[in-house]
This record gives sequence, C-alpha cells and structure tokens, in this order.
Amino acid sequence: MSVTGLEFAGQETAAGEAALDADAAKIQGRSQWQLTWRRLRQDKVAMAALAVIAIMILLAIFAPAFVTITHHPPNIAYPNTGEDAAGNPVAPGTNGFWLGTDGTGRDLFIRILYGARISLFVGFVTTAIGAVAGVAVGLMAGYFGGVVDTVLARFTDAVLAFPYVVLALALAVVLGPSLTVIMGVIAFFSWAAIARIVRGQTLSIKEKEYIEAARSLGAGPFRIMFLDILPNLLAPVLVLATLYIPTAVVFEATLSYLGLGIQPPTASWGNIMADAQNFYQTSWWYVVFPAMALLITTLAFNLFGDGIRDAMDPRTERVFAAGRARRRGRRGKRQVLADDSQSGPSHVAPYIPPAGGS
Amino acid sequence: MSDPLAQTAPAGDDLVRVENLVKHFPVRAGGLIRRTVGQVHAVDDVSLSIPRGKTLGLVGETGSGKSTLARCVAGLIPVTSGRVIFDGRDITNLSRGAMRPVRREIQMIFQDPYSSLNPRRRVGAIIGDPFAIHKTATGAERKRQVQELMERVGLNPEHYNRFPAEFSGGQRQRIGVARALALKPKLIICDEPVSALDVSIQAQVLNLLADLQRDYGLTYLFIAHDLEVVRHVSDSVAVMYLGRIGESGPIEPVYGSPRHPYTAALLSAAPAADPDAAAARQRIILSGDVPSPIDPPSGCRFHPRCPKAEAVCGQQEPQLEAKAGDTATHLTACHFPVQAGENLAAAGRSELT
Repeated sequence: MSVTGLEFAGQETAAGEAALDADAAKIQGRSQWQLTWRRLRQDKVAMAALAVIAIMILLAIFAPAFVTITHHPPNIAYPNTGEDAAGNPVAPGTNGFWLGTDGTGRDLFIRILYGARISLFVGFVTTAIGAVAGVAVGLMAGYFGGVVDTVLARFTDAVLAFPYVVLALALAVVLGPSLTVIMGVIAFFSWAAIARIVRGQTLSIKEKEYIEAARSLGAGPFRIMFLDILPNLLAPVLVLATLYIPTAVVFEATLSYLGLGIQPPTASWGNIMADAQNFYQTSWWYVVFPAMALLITTLAFNLFGDGIRDAMDPRTERVFAAGRARRRGRRGKRQVLADDSQSGPSHVAPYIPPAGGS
Repeated sequence: MSDPLAQTAPAGDDLVRVENLVKHFPVRAGGLIRRTVGQVHAVDDVSLSIPRGKTLGLVGETGSGKSTLARCVAGLIPVTSGRVIFDGRDITNLSRGAMRPVRREIQMIFQDPYSSLNPRRRVGAIIGDPFAIHKTATGAERKRQVQELMERVGLNPEHYNRFPAEFSGGQRQRIGVARALALKPKLIICDEPVSALDVSIQAQVLNLLADLQRDYGLTYLFIAHDLEVVRHVSDSVAVMYLGRIGESGPIEPVYGSPRHPYTAALLSAAPAADPDAAAARQRIILSGDVPSPIDPPSGCRFHPRCPKAEAVCGQQEPQLEAKAGDTATHLTACHFPVQAGENLAAAGRSELT
C-alpha cells in the first residue's frame, strides 16, 4: 500500500473499522525522523557521503586490526625497509608499506588511520559539547530575554568575534599542547554559532500559542524550554552539528599542523602534513594521502549535512535548490584550501577567508 | 472612575470579577539603552463580572484589547493596576508558585488551532500535559484519562499517538478543548475559538462548548469579533473599543436596542442571512480608522468617529452606567446614547466623509 493510500485510509471515513485501526497503527509510527530518513535515502549524494563517513569511522575503529595485518605499529620506525638509501620515505607499495612511509620510516597508512581516530574523536566530542552548550545558552537567552539575553547574546558575539587561533596559540603555550586543551579550545569556539541560531529560533517559537498554552497550564520555564521548544529545534541543531564536525576536524588539523595540537609521536593528520612539508618535493604521497583523508572526510560531512537539511524540510529542495548549489560551491572551495597545506597556516584555518589571512 | 461594585451583581454569584483593570505596554525605543517613549493603552479601566456557570461574550475589533484582557484574567501577563478576583480570591499578579493551583481552575482555548498545538508532540502528550504538569495522573492512568477526554470532545481515542498535523482544523480545536478540560477547570477563557474555522465546523465546536458547559457547569469568557457567534453562545456581552468597555449587558437588550453608537454601528455592519432584511437595514458607515492606542483620544475614545459626537465628548469621559429606560444591568458609556428608532445612518458625519 502506498503512503498516500495510508493517509487517505486513515481519515475518518466510514471505512471498515478493522482496516482503519490497522492503518492507524501504521500511521502512528511515521514520525518526523522516519519521514526524514525516507527522503534522505533518495538523496544519492547524501547516501554516498554517509557511506564515506561510515567507512572512515570503521577504518578508525579497526586501525589496530590493520596493524595486525601489516605488522607495522603506528609509532615504530623501520630504518631498513621504510627508508631508501638516501634516508627518504619509500613509495607506496614498497616493502609492504601500502601508502609508503613517512620521514622517519613509519607506515604512512597506519599513521593516517590512527590520525583518523584522533580527528573523528575530536570532531564528534567537541561538536557534541558545543551543541549541548549552544542549545542551553541559546534557549536561555531566547526564552528569558531581557538582561539574561543581553548578557548571553553579547558573550556569544564576543566569542564569535574572537581571534580563536590566537587564543589557541596562547593557551597551548601557557598550558602546554595536549588533547584536552585543543578539545577545550575547539568546543569553546563551536557553541557560539549554534547558540545564535537556537536563540533566534527560540525567539520565534516562544511567540507561538502553544507556548502560551503551556504557560497557562502552569508549566515552568525549563519544562517549556526542553519539552515544548527543544523538539522544534532538533532539526536545525542536527544539521548545524553535522556541518560543525568537519570544521572541528579541520581546526584540530590546523592546531596540530601548527605544532599546538597533537604532539608527535602520536599521529594526527595535521602533524603528519606538517612533517611532510620537508619531503613534498621528493615524496608526493607523504602529503597527498593525509590531505586526501582530511578532504574526503570533511567533504563527506558537509554533503551529508546538506542532505539532512534538505530532507528535514521538503520545501528546501524546490525553494532553495539554487542556494544549495551555491553553498556547495563555496564549501568545496574551502575544502580545497584546507587541502592546500603548503600555502601557509592561515589557509588551513576553517573560519578565516583567504583574503583575511596573513 | 466608575464604581465597580455598582455595576456587578451580588458578589456571591460571580466566579470572576475584574475591577478597574489597566494594562499598559511600554513602547521602547533606542538601541543599546532602551527607554520608554510611550504606553500602549491596551486595557484601560475595565470592570466586568461573570456569574458562575454563565458565558460572557467580549466583542471588539482587532486591537481593542480583548485578548489582552483575557490574558490578564488568566494571569499570563502582569496587570498594570486594578484587580482580578477569581472565586472570591484576589489573583492579581500572583507569583508563579502561588498562581499554580489557580491555573488548574482557569484554562484557555486559543484562536489558532495550528499554532496552539506543538507540531512536534503527539496528541496524547499534548492532552496529557496538564496531568503531567500538575502530577495528577501518570502512566496508564494518564493515558486512560486522555483517551476519555478525546472521546468526550469527539475525537477517536485510537489517534492518541498521532501528531497534530494529521488532524483537520476542527479536530485540532477539539484537541485544544480537551487540553483545557483536562484539569476540570471552573473558568475557560475562549480566545476567538472558532474564528479560524469554517462556518460548518464553527457550529460543531460551539455546540461542543455548550454541551461541556451544561455537563460540567463551566463558566466561559468568550472572546470573538463575530457578533452572531457571541449572540449564540453568550448570556451577556461586553463591547470593547480601544481598551474600554463601551456597552455591556444581557444579550437581549444590547442586541435589541443598542445604546452606544459603536455597538449600533457594529450591529448594523453584521451581514444578515435574509436578503430582504439585508436590503432593508441601514448600515452605519464609520469614518476613519481606529486611533492609535499609544495616544488614545481624550474624553470618549470613540468621539473622533462617532456620528453623534459633540464638544463634550472630546472633553469628558462618559461613565459606564445604566441609561434612562434600561435595566440596571444594561450599561452604556455614552453622553448621547442612541434612542429607540433613531436613524444613525442618516445622522451626523456620514455625509461629511
């Protein structure tokens, strides 16, 4: 039975009572999320992006399995098999190194896998922290208004306006670079944009009559915020969060590239690319493969985020088709810049437009 | 200032009494530092009362302050001055905690059946909200009560798990009625409950409200701009204009022999079902627009548009009082009340505009 058939049958006509009940049971289950998934499945680009993300996550999770297969732990150098006579990295496919070796004779493939673990972990965790904090701040600012709003909104603006690379540099210097510090920095700079969107949505939703209805029933502010407003915000927050994961991944790579993030010998895409700078003229694979990993991952998240956005709102496909194409183009350009790791640190940074770089 | 006690029936019968209620909204300007540049006089010195088990219809144009008045009575917005007395208790500007038990007794039905139901929550959760908030029923008991309510308002209890989008406008308004009914309130404030519905659906919802009133002894404050709807459901009526009550009283005298020129104009503008009657009636065309409530006219607020206005109307505010020949409950705030048989359409301003 088709979907539309179900809907018609579900209406209160004089149809058979049993059939009506059965249809009612089927209709119950069709929530917003199921509808979204149904539409998302038809978006080939989004599904391909989801597949890429899934593969990346699996590769990261099963990185130790590849160590077992290749017998190349990530932090072990192989001066005899992994370096040529001149001490340079060996090419992909040589001596059992699938993607070649790095500057000290370590297995590049294994190091990229271990870099993926760091990148995806940082991306997911900091985005989750940022989303929770952003939703909390945005809800409170939008719902309470007045002084609360003024303070929180101005603070959000200040964070958005902050030169975060400078702060990250300062913190890394003062506290010493560590995973905790860079995750703290990334989380600190990822909540503000979400808070701003949530605040705006909250401002509009709180004027709806169902909020007034909840107040007239005696519901308290937190019940209204979390039960009545939040469910309406999940869609935009989910889209934003999906689009923030690649930003966090690139930010981590940036900091590691600058030597302020993940410290060697622990592998990170950023510090692999930083090391590769000294070898790019002789060993192309050394910089290309980690850069590709970064590019493909961030691109996949961006495309998947776009897909969710379209699937959440059936109107976007038609109304914003042009805008979507434009966004895609812009985002694609940003990824290319992120890939171009030799052109200087400022171009790796996720937020700074190239013109504003040093 | 009119004496509130003079215009109410003996206090014992009244479930709700509103005394000299004033609600002003500050108008703010400026960017960073907001300063108050004026006041919107949304409700200005309004007194009314609703006897237990009866319906008071509140009519007026958009912006006349009727919804603001309703929200003040429901305790949803703070009152500038005056008192709201509910069931013998002063509930004016109570704190949220103190208001909580009162919330169970005053419920609202909203105008827009689309915006008044959260699109992301299932009907069962929406109607079950009152039970959850006041912790009166949980789990299976809550579900049973919700389904009982759904059945009572004419919805299929099987649709407990549906989303509001899966219902029609009339069904959605029934969901709103069920939610308002959940806590067995004494007063239900209906804020234009049928004005967003088709005429055929309007009648169904109005009949449902009438049945519920009979069965549960409910008292209604019924807000509408449709005079016929108000005549159908109400025991008495109050006509608001720019935050003030122009005329109030039982349905029969107010509709039969309106004394305030504004009431007369409203009644003359209502479309008649009978084409012969429609052709015969004399429409009173009012000139101009409703003035801004930020800077309301002096004296009688209706005087700039009134066909009978004279100099005194702009200087002196008329009292809401019983006019000669009217019963004690039919009150009019006018210096020159309309006399029986008077033809306002021919009088005064109409030829000037």
